[in-house]
Amino acid sequence: MEIISNLALGFGVALSPFNLLMCLIGVILGTLIGVLPGVGPVATIAMLLPITFNLNPIAALIMLAGIYYGAQYGGSTTAILVNLPGESSSVVTCLDGYQMARRGRAGPALATAALGSFFAGCVATLIVAMFAPPLAEVALKFGPSEYFSLMVLGLVAAVVLAHGSLIKAICMVLLGLMLGLVGTDVNSGVLRFAFGISELADGIGFVTVAMGMFGLAEIIANLEHKGAREVFTGKVKHLWPTRDDFKRIWAPILRGTFLGSALGILPGGGALLASFGAYTLEKKVSKNSAEFGKGAIEGVAAPEAANNAGAQTSFIPLLTLGIPSNAVMALMIGAMMIQGIAPGPQVMTERPQLFWGMIASMWLGNLMLVVLNLPLIGMWIKLLTVPYRILYPSILVFMCIGVFSLSNNPFDCLLMAAFGLLGYVCVKLECEPAPMILGFILGPLMEENLRRAMLLSRGDPLVFFQKPISASFLIVSIILLVIIALPNIRKRREEVFVEET
Amino acid sequence: MVIKSPKDFWAGVMFFAFGAGMAAIALKNYQMGSAVRMGPAYFPAVLGGMLALLGLVLLVRSFALKGDKVPQFHFRPLLLILVACVAFGYFLKPLGLVGATLLLVFIGAFGGHEFKWKEVSILYVVMFIFSVLVFVKGLTLPFPICPSALEDYCRF
Repeated sequence: MEIISNLALGFGVALSPFNLLMCLIGVILGTLIGVLPGVGPVATIAMLLPITFNLNPIAALIMLAGIYYGAQYGGSTTAILVNLPGESSSVVTCLDGYQMARRGRAGPALATAALGSFFAGCVATLIVAMFAPPLAEVALKFGPSEYFSLMVLGLVAAVVLAHGSLIKAICMVLLGLMLGLVGTDVNSGVLRFAFGISELADGIGFVTVAMGMFGLAEIIANLEHKGAREVFTGKVKHLWPTRDDFKRIWAPILRGTFLGSALGILPGGGALLASFGAYTLEKKVSKNSAEFGKGAIEGVAAPEAANNAGAQTSFIPLLTLGIPSNAVMALMIGAMMIQGIAPGPQVMTERPQLFWGMIASMWLGNLMLVVLNLPLIGMWIKLLTVPYRILYPSILVFMCIGVFSLSNNPFDCLLMAAFGLLGYVCVKLECEPAPMILGFILGPLMEENLRRAMLLSRGDPLVFFQKPISASFLIVSIILLVIIALPNIRKRREEVFVEET
Repeated sequence: MVIKSPKDFWAGVMFFAFGAGMAAIALKNYQMGSAVRMGPAYFPAVLGGMLALLGLVLLVRSFALKGDKVPQFHFRPLLLILVACVAFGYFLKPLGLVGATLLLVFIGAFGGHEFKWKEVSILYVVMFIFSVLVFVKGLTLPFPICPSALEDYCRF
């Protein structure tokens, strides 16, 4: 069995003391930011990217990955105890988790979330290990036209899954694509959209964009409301679920895991979509559907399993195709490029240690997370009592130091502030930044592949429809856009997102 | 003509201005090339055109479809947070980490609802020491700790 020898290689790498330490740091940080509302994995990973310069690639990626799935664990704690999503993907956990806490069943709710996540994490790790290699093999045959069409599909999916207006989401993607083009054009050497600013010759750093659009804009938006946070005060007792609870949760956890894994692989997918999908499904199929919203344990189990599964399987498109499926994955691509690794199907064959080490670390990370989140739950609850007015200046310090250290240039701080302003305006105008970040990362890649494909086809745009794989990507994109534009479905999609927020 | 959906209207204005502007700059300054050999202007011009078009759609539609008002802008946190970041960047070299962190923490904290001198001062000291230990000593980032004028007098 090849997969076993591969996993053995991976565990060999992941179990080295330094990598274990990085994994631990990653999941602790992930839990921390997951617990704290108003700090997300995107901003955190963006903040830590400059620091990973000094690490070796494997350790850096292991740590950053740990932040993302760790945040899924931490987010549920806040959702259950404070009725606030610590993480956007735990929005639906609030519905039933908080109700359980109010009824004095916070302990079992937390345990269910952690155990469900752990189970999902184990399964998802296996899924990544099983499906990534064959996909990477297919991807090796991709030419420029296939890549271009795949990116179109990814962007369309991001648009379809964005909240609110479809047109605005498309606009944000286009905006991102264009911002990605700032800097020196690789083909002609022409400096584009630099306006005589020498710092822009290398393009806009996406860490700067991400920190401004997500980090700064989030802080400013949070400061608008007077933070009246009601922390669940009662001591958490009886952590372990009863035998009856176990009977009720095993099936939802299974369903959540598989649905979450499937939705995580989709371009544009990830933890958020997974948790929401799983909750909706569970509400439909559960025997206790009347209890949903009033503290049904199934309503905690399924979405928590799903968001963790989705967080992990969203690494599949990244590792096999080099295409990010959401904003966090876009940052991971950035992390790989910082280390001089070109993301794509060749990563698996050229750097098997990195590839399998990362997968193995996911399982180890999940194990650490269960320990971190169950026995140490009291520590995280204390953390929730830290007021935001202390928290956000500290975050500002980390962000500024991180951005400045990118190139030791004050201009990056100015640029971050500019994107903070843009991000705030976008919040006000209800334009979601996530599709923009995806576009920003894909901009130069898309242009490059478009140029190559057109050169090969001698300027015939039909080439994208003549190659079967490329054509099917484009057809799926068109179908998605048409479906979403149908009035009937558009209405339902809007309802879905209203319910979510 | 009454704007029925201000949110869409302003989003439309923003996207249109950006798209049309970028496309115009691209067309004026860079070579268009052909579909076979695309010049540096080709891709941005096409994208800019699409963005401008969609922005226009949003704009026109905002006169017909009813929508939400633009929520109020809160300028105090907005300005103070942004100024704090810029100040940190431009004062890091002349004032060192001591001064830049001071500016960042205090200006940033002014952007919030409550400002307590004692609390913010403690926060500043903690953040400063933490940054020196972790970033300068631990991760060896080449940041000056002291103001450049006092370089000869303070050593860590």
